[in-house]
Amino acid sequence: MEIDVASDSGSEGRFVCFSLSLLLNQVYSFTFCGLYYYEARRRFRKVRAKPQRKFKPVSDQEDDEDDEEDEAPRKRVRKKKVKPRDSDEEEDNQSVKRKSSKAPRKKAKEESEEESEEEREKRRKRGTDLSKKKKEDQNKEKKGNVKGKPNKNMGGDHDKKKKSGKLSSSSSASSISGEESLSEGEIAALKEQVEEKKKLIATLRNKPWRMKKRLVLLKDAQGFVETFEGALGKGKGKKLYAFKVLMTKILMGLPYGSIPRKTVPREEQDTAMDFSVLIDFGVRKVAPCSNLHSFDAYLYQQGFCKYSFLFYGYYNNDRTIGVLKFRLPLSYLLVGVGIFGYSLMVVIRTMARNSNEGGDGGEEGEFTFSWKMFTSWDYLIGNPETADNKYASITTSFKESIVDEQENQKDENIHLRRFLRVLANFLITCTLGGSGYLIYFVVKRSQDFAKMQQEKLSWLEKNEVEFVMSLLGLVCPPLFETIAELENYHPRIALKWQLGRIFALFLGNLYTFLFALFDEVNEKLEKEKSIRNATIWNLQQYHANYSSYFNTTDVPPPNVSPADVIRGPCWENAVGIGFVKLVVSDIQVSYLTILVGDFLRAVIVRFLNYCWCWDLEAGFPSYGEFDISGNVLGLVFNQGMIWMGAFYAPGLVGVNILRLLSSMYYQCWAVMCCNVPHERVFKASRSNNFYMGLLLLVLFLSVLPVVYTIMTLSPSFDCGPFSGQDKMYDVVMETIEQDLPSFLANIFTYATNPGLILSAVLLMLLALYYLNAVSKGYQRANLDLKRKMKMARDEEKNRRNNKDSTNQVMKDLEDLLPNKCLIPPPIAEEPAPLDAVITKGSKSPKIKPGAAVKGVNLQKDVSLAAPNPRAAVTCAPRPRGGPPGNSRGPQPGPGRGRGQGRPPRRHEL
Amino acid sequence: MGNKQTTFTDEQLEAFQDCTFFTRKEILRLHGRYRELAPHLVPLDYTNNPDIRVPPTLIVTMPEFKENPFRDRIVETFSEDGNGNLSFNDFVDMFSALCETSPRELKTIYAFKIYDFNRDNFICKEDLKKTLNKLTKGELTPEEVTLVCNKSMEEADLDGDSKLSFSDFENMVSKAPDFLSNFHVRI
Repeated sequence: MEIDVASDSGSEGRFVCFSLSLLLNQVYSFTFCGLYYYEARRRFRKVRAKPQRKFKPVSDQEDDEDDEEDEAPRKRVRKKKVKPRDSDEEEDNQSVKRKSSKAPRKKAKEESEEESEEEREKRRKRGTDLSKKKKEDQNKEKKGNVKGKPNKNMGGDHDKKKKSGKLSSSSSASSISGEESLSEGEIAALKEQVEEKKKLIATLRNKPWRMKKRLVLLKDAQGFVETFEGALGKGKGKKLYAFKVLMTKILMGLPYGSIPRKTVPREEQDTAMDFSVLIDFGVRKVAPCSNLHSFDAYLYQQGFCKYSFLFYGYYNNDRTIGVLKFRLPLSYLLVGVGIFGYSLMVVIRTMARNSNEGGDGGEEGEFTFSWKMFTSWDYLIGNPETADNKYASITTSFKESIVDEQENQKDENIHLRRFLRVLANFLITCTLGGSGYLIYFVVKRSQDFAKMQQEKLSWLEKNEVEFVMSLLGLVCPPLFETIAELENYHPRIALKWQLGRIFALFLGNLYTFLFALFDEVNEKLEKEKSIRNATIWNLQQYHANYSSYFNTTDVPPPNVSPADVIRGPCWENAVGIGFVKLVVSDIQVSYLTILVGDFLRAVIVRFLNYCWCWDLEAGFPSYGEFDISGNVLGLVFNQGMIWMGAFYAPGLVGVNILRLLSSMYYQCWAVMCCNVPHERVFKASRSNNFYMGLLLLVLFLSVLPVVYTIMTLSPSFDCGPFSGQDKMYDVVMETIEQDLPSFLANIFTYATNPGLILSAVLLMLLALYYLNAVSKGYQRANLDLKRKMKMARDEEKNRRNNKDSTNQVMKDLEDLLPNKCLIPPPIAEEPAPLDAVITKGSKSPKIKPGAAVKGVNLQKDVSLAAPNPRAAVTCAPRPRGGPPGNSRGPQPGPGRGRGQGRPPRRHEL
Repeated sequence: MGNKQTTFTDEQLEAFQDCTFFTRKEILRLHGRYRELAPHLVPLDYTNNPDIRVPPTLIVTMPEFKENPFRDRIVETFSEDGNGNLSFNDFVDMFSALCETSPRELKTIYAFKIYDFNRDNFICKEDLKKTLNKLTKGELTPEEVTLVCNKSMEEADLDGDSKLSFSDFENMVSKAPDFLSNFHVRI
């Protein structure tokens, strides 16, 4: 960037002189263009073609450069504005002129292209020129370079800087022309520039500039990068291509029907593919059904799904499969556990990002009115009806805030309110407890039912658990809402309470269900033992019989069809089935609710309204409201069920994806056709950490039981990938022992030593404590800074008269005023003498910000920046230069975007 | 744009892609929308960058802005001449700044410009009043309006000069939970 700085900050006279010498030296320079022979030739031709242009575009070229370095022109413009600008007219004129010169964009483009080339050439030539003329300067330059690098932004004395900048430009240019040996520093500087340009290109879209300016800048920067990057031997930029590792096969192991666990047992085969049975995959059957003619009999068979890949039992326990030695049991375990880890990471990261963005409402109440004013309108609204709703809701919310504000002063009967709140909480706790007990009772009863004759049970009795759970989920939330009326909380707080309660209800129900399930699992484990013993005994019998009959010790395995093998109860499958049933019934209930509760209601309200005694639409039933927060909560809860169930029923994930996809369209339809917007819109956006917090809690709570079963219960002996192991995690141990080098196994043994783990936990606790303390400290510091900032702002008002606004954002803001983006900056003046500055300093206090005429002029006088470092001007202002990249780049030195080179005199030696 | 005729050169498209948050397809779509507004005015062929501006009265009829109480201000802010006449560059610029991917800083700057009705780079009480009246369709009583304006000024004005500078505005908006999701137009 220094090149540009230098050429830009150069005074007019110098510039002309330079270009003259450049022209003279043109020929020389071309002879040196080793690397860029071709390009040079091209350019040479161009220049030859119109040699007279060379001089004329001086101003033009300056424009161009100025565009490239947005800093410079602005600063100069500003400088000029020290004298109060008479009006916009001048500016308008300028811009008009400019426009007329640039209006035909094609021409402008062409020009800029040529100009940039010329410019480059000039730089190069300047280099040769200088290098010839001033040998001794180069020594200086090197010094300057070395020195100048770290504080490039700060800059030295402006005169000096100009020189060193020029010199460095010369040197970099010469380095390209290959005339002299390249010093590393120069290459580095050039590289830096290229990087800066690249960064500019990458961030261009984030800048608040007019599109025209952006396009011009982009062109320049691209030209620069292309030219110099090649010179640095980098090519078009190295791109890293990520290689995708493709699984050649999805290895599921043996296909259906090859081994017992993948086969439907003989007695169930007749009915396994019937549709009703497919849906009814879960029902446990004890006795083979004798009465095949009765319809009920079909219903109670076990379905095909139970033996499909949807469930745990389908997967085998072969250590490795296929040529690739795919370790199915190991990957099953690792994926199952890895999903938890990944989900945890995603949730935590989202939460962290949300809180970084400050959108978690931590400072609620600080900006009630201003937020309502500036951020409440949803720019997405394009529908007149929605717009009307929004207007109304904004008006109400303003009115409510006003009332709140007025009520803040009043105090009321606090005892009554407290009593009511306690009462409400008591009632809700009772409801929660009752629902928990109900579920426990029902689950217990269903276990009794399972032992009875299936045919005797009605549909209701068989599906009682799911039915009751769904019903509770349907009835309780409205009940809570009614009770919450007692509390008389602020709506937002009330909503959170409500959501918290519903959440507690869901979770309580789920956990009760889970405990009941555990009872069943233990029962099954008992049963499994006896079946296992029986099987072993049978096998021994078979062996004994076979050897005695054929008189041989070489006994072949018994020839039994996979469908006829005796098998254990496989508790894992039972758990998986439980969850799948839960999810499926949840889907059914929610779909039915929408159909009945929303659609039917809407139809009735709409059409019966013609012949009813009161207004149905405005009165009692009215249309259903779309309850955003409730729906989000439903999603959260659903996700929890998936997390819990996915380990024992991998297919659940797929089922859930289908459910989510279909429910998106279904609910979309329902919302569009039969719902009215919620009276009080509460944003349930992603940026809300409340929901993310709930999700995190759910995740934690669903990990618990799964990890518990993995760590403590022993897997079934004849089903699932872990069959035959004592514990599920033995798979990992086995892999470590057999497939990894022994030293790794040793390391693992050490790492799992309780002593080590304990100390690690201790360390983590200490770190937690430390970080907590640190964050508290930061909070305090934050508050402190806020106070200081306020003080500083007050102070700053006194210094407002200092015009030289140095804030980048402020400049951009000014720049966005109509017709200002491309104003040619005033020609750089000669560095003002020191006394001029003094007069300026003494004059400025007279111009008061408020007293400025009006409108556009005003902002010129007032700085948005933090206390202006230039308050006390001690040195001559220099025409500032500096490309945009510079001001934003990670340059050393404080005050980014602030006056490019605040030249501390001591830097210049 | 199923036409064989090219609307933009590759170079132009790439430049637009670098300068905005849009893809090639979206830029072409934007051009289609732009042309839809004034088919007789806007040519299909944009390779030579014709200097054409569409008046604000046409822009605000777009469904994206039709219901927006600040539509005039938006169009004015993004037009280079300040009167709301939008060239295609301005048009793309506008949707780029308002699109979902544009960063908070950029949006804050433009939001500030939009709410600054009198264009003095400060949001003063007059601006607040105008904003409020547009938001509520003038349904608040004058007393309420004054109260709300005073209140929000009190909240957001850190330096106590009874007008909001950009840094005040930025500070206030940066903490707003709904700003990003609300200050966003999808095309």
